[in-house]
Amino acid sequence: MSVSEASARSRLLFARGGIISRGWRISWACILGLAVVLCWLGVAVLGQAIAPHGNGQIVSPDSFAPMTGAFPMGTDYLGRDMLSRVILAARYTVGMSIAAALVSSFVGATLGILAAVMPGAVDSVLSRLADAIIAVPNTMFALVVVAALGPSTPVLILTMAAMYAPGTLRITRALALNLSQSDFVQVARARGEGTPYIIWREILPNIIMPIMTDFGLRFVFIVLVLSGLSFLGFGVQPPAADWGALVRENMLGLSFAAPAVIFPALAIASLTIAVNLVLDNLPTRIEEE
Amino acid sequence: MLRLLFQRLLVSLLLIFLISLFVFGATELLPGDVAEVILGQSATPEAVANLRHALDLDRPAIMRYAEWMLGLVQGDPGVSLVNQRPIAELVGARFANTLMLAGITVAISVPPALLIGICAAIWRNSVFDRIASIGAVAVMSVPEFLVATLAVVVFAVNLGWVPAMAYATEITSLGQLVGSFALPILTLGLVVASQMIRLSRAAVLTALQEPYVEMARLKGASHRRVIWHHVMPNVVGALVNAAVLSTSFLVSGVLVTEVIFSYPGVAKLMVDAVATRDMPLIQTCAMIFAASYLALATLADIVAIIFNPRLKFQ
Amino acid sequence: MSLVQVENLRVTVPRELGEDLTIVRDVSFEVPKGEVTALIGESGSGKTTIALALMAYARSGCRLSGGRVVMEGRDLLGLDKAQVLALRGSEIAYVPQSAAAAFNPGRRIMEQVIEPARIHGRLSDAAARRKAVELFRSMMLPDPETLGDRYPHQVSGGQLQRLAAAMAVILDPKLVILDEPTTALDVTTQIEVLHAFKRLIRDFGTTGVYVSHDLAVVAQMADQIVTLRDGQVQEIGRTRQVITAPQSDYTRRLLAAARPREVHPDMAGDARRPVLEVINLVGGYGPAGADGRPYKTVIDNVSLAIPAGSNLGVIGESGCGKSTLARMIAGLLPATSGELMLDRRQMPLTLGRRSRAQLKDVQILFQMADTALNPASTVEEIVGRPLTFYHGTRGAARQRRVLDLLDMVQLPGRLLHRRPRQLSGGQKQRLNLARALAAEPRLILCDEITSALDTVVAAAIIELLADLQKTLGLSYMFISHDLSTVRAICDEVMVLYAGRAVEHGPRSALGQEPYHPYTRLLLSSVPELDPGWIDRVGRAVQSRQGNIGAAGAAGLCPFRSRCAMRIAGCCDRIAPPLRRLAKGAQVLCHHDETALWAGAGARDAEGKGTAMPALPQRS
Repeated sequence: MSVSEASARSRLLFARGGIISRGWRISWACILGLAVVLCWLGVAVLGQAIAPHGNGQIVSPDSFAPMTGAFPMGTDYLGRDMLSRVILAARYTVGMSIAAALVSSFVGATLGILAAVMPGAVDSVLSRLADAIIAVPNTMFALVVVAALGPSTPVLILTMAAMYAPGTLRITRALALNLSQSDFVQVARARGEGTPYIIWREILPNIIMPIMTDFGLRFVFIVLVLSGLSFLGFGVQPPAADWGALVRENMLGLSFAAPAVIFPALAIASLTIAVNLVLDNLPTRIEEE
Repeated sequence: MLRLLFQRLLVSLLLIFLISLFVFGATELLPGDVAEVILGQSATPEAVANLRHALDLDRPAIMRYAEWMLGLVQGDPGVSLVNQRPIAELVGARFANTLMLAGITVAISVPPALLIGICAAIWRNSVFDRIASIGAVAVMSVPEFLVATLAVVVFAVNLGWVPAMAYATEITSLGQLVGSFALPILTLGLVVASQMIRLSRAAVLTALQEPYVEMARLKGASHRRVIWHHVMPNVVGALVNAAVLSTSFLVSGVLVTEVIFSYPGVAKLMVDAVATRDMPLIQTCAMIFAASYLALATLADIVAIIFNPRLKFQ
Repeated sequence: MSLVQVENLRVTVPRELGEDLTIVRDVSFEVPKGEVTALIGESGSGKTTIALALMAYARSGCRLSGGRVVMEGRDLLGLDKAQVLALRGSEIAYVPQSAAAAFNPGRRIMEQVIEPARIHGRLSDAAARRKAVELFRSMMLPDPETLGDRYPHQVSGGQLQRLAAAMAVILDPKLVILDEPTTALDVTTQIEVLHAFKRLIRDFGTTGVYVSHDLAVVAQMADQIVTLRDGQVQEIGRTRQVITAPQSDYTRRLLAAARPREVHPDMAGDARRPVLEVINLVGGYGPAGADGRPYKTVIDNVSLAIPAGSNLGVIGESGCGKSTLARMIAGLLPATSGELMLDRRQMPLTLGRRSRAQLKDVQILFQMADTALNPASTVEEIVGRPLTFYHGTRGAARQRRVLDLLDMVQLPGRLLHRRPRQLSGGQKQRLNLARALAAEPRLILCDEITSALDTVVAAAIIELLADLQKTLGLSYMFISHDLSTVRAICDEVMVLYAGRAVEHGPRSALGQEPYHPYTRLLLSSVPELDPGWIDRVGRAVQSRQGNIGAAGAAGLCPFRSRCAMRIAGCCDRIAPPLRRLAKGAQVLCHHDETALWAGAGARDAEGKGTAMPALPQRS
C-alpha cells in the first residue's frame, strides 16, 4: 500500500519526520512551533485569569529573587512576581503585534492588488510610495514618529502597520501581476469577465496562502521592533508593560544574571522562533506520483 | 547597463528627498512642541509664543524646511533646541565613534560569516550546515537586545572576561580597548553575521543548482573544480551584494547596541534626543541614518547590476 | 559484442516521510558496440534517469539502489568516486537536452569544449584546441577557427547543440549518450544537427545511446530500440523490426500516434458561409509608428477565411507569430489594423467592444494545459462558469450540463469536485476543451494544444476534436509546428513565416510540388518513420544562418535572407506578389509556377544538391 493510500484511509500516521494525515505531511518542527504559538496566544487571552498574582502586586521583600517554587521566574526590581508580570505583558506584546500585523497585511494586500490591476498612474504612485517607506530603516522610522506623536497604543500599532504594509504591498503586487499574466486569467478575460470577478475568483484564492505566510513574517518583524522600542523606553509606557518594557525596567539585574531580565527576553525569542519554525516548515500535500 | 545604474542612482536621490520631507514633516505633527517641553510647568501661552519666536519656530514650514535642507547639505544642520549647542559639534565626534564601531564590526564579522555561509552551502545538509543555518536563523529571529543581554550575561557576568559597559573616553591600554569594545562588537557582529550567513548560503546554493554545474560534473570534474571554476566566479556578485545588504542591518542594530552599552555614538545621541523631543537633533540624526541605509542599499543594487552575467557581456 | 550491459537496474527516490518511490524498475538491456541504441518513451518513462545511470550518475533526490551497469567487465555502479569521475567525460560522454543551459554563460566556448581534456589530463591545451576546431569544421559550424572565442549567448541554439557534441567527443569516448538533443530545436535546425550527429558517430565509430520521445528521429539515428514506460522495459528490438512489426502493445500505440490518420469530416465546409474572416490583419507590440505599424510587427498583413464546419491549420516555426495571431483573433491582444468578421459581421479588434455573443462564439485553447486552469477552482466551477456566464444556467441544471460536457470529452463524472492538480496532462487538456465547449462556440482556436503532451495522449485529443466537430458542427483554427498533426485534421493549411502567410492552400496542396521555398525547406526537414530517410535527403537543404527577420517596411519577402532561390536586385527591393498555383494554393513569391517547379530540383545558393523526397502516401 502506498503512502498516499495509507494516509487516505487512516486518520493519522506517525512517521519519523512528522505526522501524515489526510493527504498532508506535517513535520515535527511545525507542530512544535504551532504548540508554542498557541500557548502564548492562550496566555495572552486568559491574562489575569491564570496569573498567580495581581497586576503590580508586590509579593516579596526581595528584588531580583532567584527562581523558586513560589516564584518560578523570580521577582522583579520591585519585588513583584515575574511570572505574573510576564503573563500580563503577553497581552501587550502579542495583542499589539497581531493587531498591527493584521492592519499591515490587510492594507498592504488590498493596495497591492489594486496596484497590480489598475493601470499606470495608480500603480506608479503606490509603488514609489512603498519604495520610499521601505527605504527608511525601521527602528529609526518608529523613533521619529514616536518622538513626534508620543508612544500611545494606537500610535504604536499604526506606526508598525505603516512600516510593514509596503512590504506586503510589494509582494502582493508582484504575485497579482504574475497571476494576471497567466493563461487562466487570460481565459477569463477572453470570456468577457469584468475586473471585479477576476480579482475575486481568479486572483484572490491563489494568493491567500502567500499572504498568510507574509502575515506571519510581518508579525515576527513587528514583535521585534515593538520590543526594541519598549526596551528603549519609547514603546509601551509604565504602568503597563510588554515584554520589551519588562527587560528595560529590570536592566539593573543584568549584572548578576537575574531571571527577571532573562525571562521576558526569552519569552520574545520563543515566540518569534516558534513562528519562524512554522513558516519554514509549512505542511505539504502528498502528491500522487 | 550604464543606463540602469544611472536610473538606480536617480531613484536613490528621489528617495532621500522624500525621506527628508517625511522626517521634517514629523515635526509638524507635534500637538505640543519643544517650546512647551522646555518651559514645562511655566508654559503660559505668551511664554510659549515668545520662545517659539526666539527659536524661529513660527515661520512657515516650507521656509524652515528649505533652510534646513540647505544647511544640511552645506554641513550646518543648525542648533540643538534643548541645549543650544551646534548640532554639527554634537554629532561630529560621535559619528566618528559610530563609524568606528560599525567599521570594526564589519571587518571582523563579514569575512568569517562569508566563509561559513559558503561552506554551509557546499556541505549542504551536513551537521555543519544544520548548525550554521539554525544558529543564523535563531540570531535573526530574536531582538537585538536579547543578543546583547545574553552576551553580557555570558561573557561579563558568568565568565567575567569583559566589563559590561563601554567607555570610549577612558582607554589607556590596548587590553582595555579590546575589553570595552568587545561586547558591543560581539553583539553587532552576531547580528550582521547571521544575515550574511543566510544570504551567502542562499547565493551559493542557487549557483550550485545551475544546469552547467551538473554538466561540469558529467564531464568528470571533481567537486573542487566545480566549486572553484564554475560556481565561485559566477557567484561573486551575489556575495558582494549579500555583504552590503547585511551591513545595512547595522543601521538598526547600532541603535540598540549603543543604548545597552552606553556607547557614545550617534544612535545613543538620537535616542536621547527623542526622549527630550529635540526635533532638530532628531531630524539630523535620522537623516544620517536614512542616508547611510539608502547608500548601502543602493550600493547593493549597483553591485547586483554590474555582476549580472547577462548584462555583463553585451 | 556489447559494450555495456545493464542488468536489473533500479532507481528510487528516498523520502523522509513514507516509503521510497521506485522510478526505474528492473531494467535490463545491452548496448552493442559501434551501434546506436535508442531509449524511447514518453515523459516519466525514466529514459533520462537510465541514461544518466549509465554514467553512474543520479540527479539529486534519486538513488541508484539496485542492479549493475557493466562496461568492459567492470560494474560501474560499484566503483568509487574517483574512478567514476575518471570515466565521465573521457570514456563515457553526455550531450544534454538543452545545450544553452549546459554552457557556463561567463566563460568562452573553447574553454569549455576543451575542459574535459584539462580535467583528465589527456591532451595538451594546444592539441585539444586543434582537435576542437577540426570537430567544428566537420560539423559544418560557421567560422570554425574563431567560433570558440565567443560566449555561449552569442551563438544560436542549433550551433550550441553541435558544440555540446564536440565537447562530448573531444577525448574520443567509447560511449556517447545523447539526451533528447534536438527536442528544443525547430524542425529546420534539427535536421542539420541530426546530420552532424550522424556523421560524427559514423566517422568515429563510437557507440551511442540516443534518448528521445520522437520515433521518427529515432528511426534515423538508431540501430536498436528499447521502448520504456513507467520505468520498465516494454520492448527491445532492431529498428526496422520495431517500426514495421512491433511486438508490444505500447510500442504499437506509440507508432500509431506518430502517424495520425487523416480525418475528413462529413460536412464539407461551405466557402460561401465563412465563420471567420481575417482581412489584412497587422499587429504586434509597442506603440504605433508613423506608418501605422506597431514598433515590433509580429503579424504582417495576414488574411484568411474559415468556412463553417471546416478547419484551418497554421504552421510555422518559433517566432513566426502564429500564437500572436490566435491571441489577436481572440481579442486578447488587439491588432493594430485590419478587420475581423464573424459570420459576416464586423467583430471589433478589442475585447471590450465585442458583444457577449461574439465572445461566446470564439473560444481559445492554450498550449500549457495546467496554467490555463485556475488551481483554486474545482472541475465543476471551471466548466460551470461559462454556462452561467453565457447561458444563465445555474444550480442542478448547471451540474447536469457539466456532467454532459465531461462525458463529451471522455472525462469521468467522479472528477466533478477535483482540483486541476489532481488530473493528468491529458485530462487537463480535455478539461480545457470542456470549458470551451460549454460556451457553445462556433470556432475554437487551438494554440499548439498538443505540443506539450505525450504523443499517445496527443493523438487521442486530436481524435476527440475530430469527433466533436462532426457532432457539434464546430470549426477549428489549429496552430502547430507539427506538420503531421496539422495534416491529419485540417482541410486548409497556411504556412506562416515572420508574420506573413507565404503559402496557403487546401490540404492536398501540401502534398504536391511546387512549393514556396520556405514550405519546401520545412517539409523536407521533418523526419519520417523511414530509417533511411536522413541519408536520402542528402545534405540538408541549405538554410543560410539567419534568424527569422521581420518583413520590414514595404512588405518585402521575409524569407529573402535564407532563401536558396532569391533573385538579387529583386527580392530585396520589391514586394513579392501573391500567386495562384495550379494545385490550388497561393504563394508569396516573385517566381512564377514554372520557376518554382524548377526550384524543386535546383541547386541551392552554395551549390549543394538537394534531393526532394516524394511525400509518401498516407493510409
